[in-house]
Amino acid sequence: MRYSYYPGCSLEATAKPYDVSVRAVCQALDLGLDEVEDWNCCGATSYISIRELTAFAISARNLALAEKMGNDLVTVCPACYTVLNKTNIYMREKEDIKKTVSEALAVANLKYDGTVKVRHLLDIIVNDIGLEKINPKISQRLDGLKIAPYYGCQISRPHGTFDDPEFPMTMDNLFSSLGAEVVNFPLKAKCCGGMLMTTEPEEGVNLIKSLLSCAQDNKAELIVTACPLCEINLEAYQKKVNRKFKTDFSIPAIYFTQLLGVALGLPKEKLAIGRELVSSEKVLDRFYGGKR
Amino acid sequence: MIKTREKLQETFLEDIYSIPDGEKLKTCIQCGTCSASCPTSHLMDYTPRQIISAFRAGMLDRVLKSNTVWMCASCYYCTVRCPSGIKLTDIMYELKRLGIKYHLYPPKNASPVMARIFVDTLNQFGRSAETVLLSLFFLKTKPFKILNYVPMGWKLFTKGRISISNKTIKGKDDLVKIIEYIEKKGVA
Repeated sequence: MRYSYYPGCSLEATAKPYDVSVRAVCQALDLGLDEVEDWNCCGATSYISIRELTAFAISARNLALAEKMGNDLVTVCPACYTVLNKTNIYMREKEDIKKTVSEALAVANLKYDGTVKVRHLLDIIVNDIGLEKINPKISQRLDGLKIAPYYGCQISRPHGTFDDPEFPMTMDNLFSSLGAEVVNFPLKAKCCGGMLMTTEPEEGVNLIKSLLSCAQDNKAELIVTACPLCEINLEAYQKKVNRKFKTDFSIPAIYFTQLLGVALGLPKEKLAIGRELVSSEKVLDRFYGGKR
Repeated sequence: MIKTREKLQETFLEDIYSIPDGEKLKTCIQCGTCSASCPTSHLMDYTPRQIISAFRAGMLDRVLKSNTVWMCASCYYCTVRCPSGIKLTDIMYELKRLGIKYHLYPPKNASPVMARIFVDTLNQFGRSAETVLLSLFFLKTKPFKILNYVPMGWKLFTKGRISISNKTIKGKDDLVKIIEYIEKKGVA
């Protein structure tokens, strides 16, 4: 199975460990990734706040590049996933948008016929490969590990192509099949604040606090995310939460590909484990010969 | 300025109805599901439901100068839950765009600044270059607080999670052509 890979900008910076673990896990699962050559930023939530059609056009450049490659386009960032999907839908359904964007692409000798499928890697791992085929490759079951899978928003909203917009279950099912204990985590699809954590940190920090409290109250040792922004928000602002609320949170948050890699028996370095801001050592070392 | 403002007042409703599926806004039943679902409505000057109502009454300033649209975190709960199928998150984006275009946004809010810097950075590099983006943002909005972010930045750096060099994509000229084509057509 081969897919065209669109990493997105975060994966070149704060979410570098996500990129490293994505590539390692895909290799271990015989899932071929061909990075879209010379992709550009999807525009995220910011570009469309200033310009609408331009935002669709720059996003469509990526779809045009991916179309040449023929395979489904896989991204791991829910913001990219939503923007690319939205553009894709409008390029198919809204004649006026399609017309202008196509003209703009033509200026750069590109064209897009609307044939690309935009997918999230979680969807591909669970629905294209499937738990039955993953399980024989597992060398390290995650028995006893208490996790809170955190989905955030845009992986299932607004498009909800592979999971429920209100109560997603894909990561829950994946990791419980690998032995992990998925704790009750009712806030799993609530918002982390997204960009507001940067622009309005004093207000945004309340959202982070409620997520951390929910995970801790339900005895989670680890939060597992499928979004670069959720991950950094949950990790980077724990100290701020602790200062503001006089709490004592120290819950590591890692990417779902990192935890899947642990179960696949991949070494820490290949998964970029150890590059968290809140160390996952205490939680994950038991799988690497350490004591619990 | 006054002239553009008058023009906006005239076209305010039509502007919103012109975005994809924007006309559905006419079917709002004021049930408040959007406000109840919104994770940031308690931080807003007016809740999403109130904003729709004010919008339909043509209350330009109330809609655009309140912090409401800029407090939207794009979580899309309202969009998936609205019984009338209104894509409120997309409408918030259009209101943000109108606010920027006509300089009608809350002056102290940092989000419009972030959006502007994001667009400039993307136009310059083809990618969003987090380091440049955040440095510019903090310099512009809270230069005195920049020191507070040094420890986190340093830790990210030691973990190899900050990229120092910003690559410009090879197809930048093409990207610029695409952007310019649409801007010239005046339909951005």
